[in-house]
Amino acid sequence: MFFRIIQRDLLLAMRRRADVLTTLFFFIIVVSLFPLGVGPEINMLRTMAPGVVWVAALLASMLSLGRMFSSDYLDGTLEQMLLSPQSLPLLVLGKALAHWLVTGVPLVLMAPVLGIQYDLPGEALLVLTASLLLGTPVLSLIGAIGAALTLGLRGGGVLVSLLVLPLYIPVLIFGAGAVEASAAGLGAGAHMSLLGAFLLASLVLAPWTAAISLRISME
Amino acid sequence: MPTLQGNNLSCVRGDRRLFRDINFSLDAGGLMQVHGPNGSGKTSLLRMLCGLATPAQGEIRWGGTEIRALGGNYFGTMTYLGHLSAVKDDLTAIENLRISSALAGAEIDERKAHEALQHMGLGGRELLPAKVLSQGQRRRVALARLMVCRTELWILDEPLAALDTHAVKLVQGLMERHLKHGGMVVMTTHQEIEITAAATQRLQLA
Repeated sequence: MFFRIIQRDLLLAMRRRADVLTTLFFFIIVVSLFPLGVGPEINMLRTMAPGVVWVAALLASMLSLGRMFSSDYLDGTLEQMLLSPQSLPLLVLGKALAHWLVTGVPLVLMAPVLGIQYDLPGEALLVLTASLLLGTPVLSLIGAIGAALTLGLRGGGVLVSLLVLPLYIPVLIFGAGAVEASAAGLGAGAHMSLLGAFLLASLVLAPWTAAISLRISME
Repeated sequence: MPTLQGNNLSCVRGDRRLFRDINFSLDAGGLMQVHGPNGSGKTSLLRMLCGLATPAQGEIRWGGTEIRALGGNYFGTMTYLGHLSAVKDDLTAIENLRISSALAGAEIDERKAHEALQHMGLGGRELLPAKVLSQGQRRRVALARLMVCRTELWILDEPLAALDTHAVKLVQGLMERHLKHGGMVVMTTHQEIEITAAATQRLQLA
């Protein structure tokens, strides 16, 4: 069932390609605006690159959070998910992973190309991409909790950012920090381990918390 | 087959009490029609019966055990069809039916889904995305689930809304067959409809 849900969400995303592309183009444009605004000061661009790419990834991933449950909520599919004999946390995990595949993976693939705009050296590009690969699933998983809590609320979009952005801070610090640490010659190992730990913890806790939030929101 | 029981159920919405002290007991082959004017709490009662909402007071038992305690085991024996059809606009009728059946724990193959949709009068429209179907046709896609599920208890909220007379007959036939095989149906409807069942009870809400 877990794979059926992923398959279904990917199929729906394929039929609504505009939604997927909006997120990706948002990411590309935000990252590209900074060099234009700051000017061609190469050293400065290099130092700010990881932070800018990571903040843009946070915002882009948040942009699409509202859609994670709301369309299923509006047409009644979510009720059926809650009444399914299958485990709800597993269904939520499937939806969060589908969200990551649709919004997170394109960002990860795009990041090295955008990093070139900031004249990042090869090794830094590699670390940046790896940190995004570990970090973006965490964003989708934590985001699922926020999306579940704000389901059906008016102005839920703003509320979800207030709820979720503070929780994204550790991911941002260690994700962007990984690139800086490797540039400083300290090695990105420690930061990557922490990102991996965040990923494992959120894989276990987030689906379960989001499932409880969904039950509360649907009462 | 277990019995569905409601004991002293009451429902509060905001500071308004919709109903109180509702008692009923539904056995195999039994049909319960819930009646009442708009806003009398029919949908709220049905949502309680399927476990989506918690009663303000009282308890609902399935086979003697509280449905909260049964959790997934209860969901596996019950089919709920609400106001919202749970039909996805971007999926075809056949995809919709197969996914909703899988979600309900009873995977079906393409052929079976095809047959069910054909029986519901959607032959030739199985491969159209649901967004081009009419309101009544979408409802038929949702109701096709009743043909392929193997659950004992059906909880149907206004199943006949938006259906034409031919489809009403079809659904009526489905329910009668289900009841004859010992299933149970709890439903609300504003239409006058005669369904033959071993035991029919009416529940009147204020």
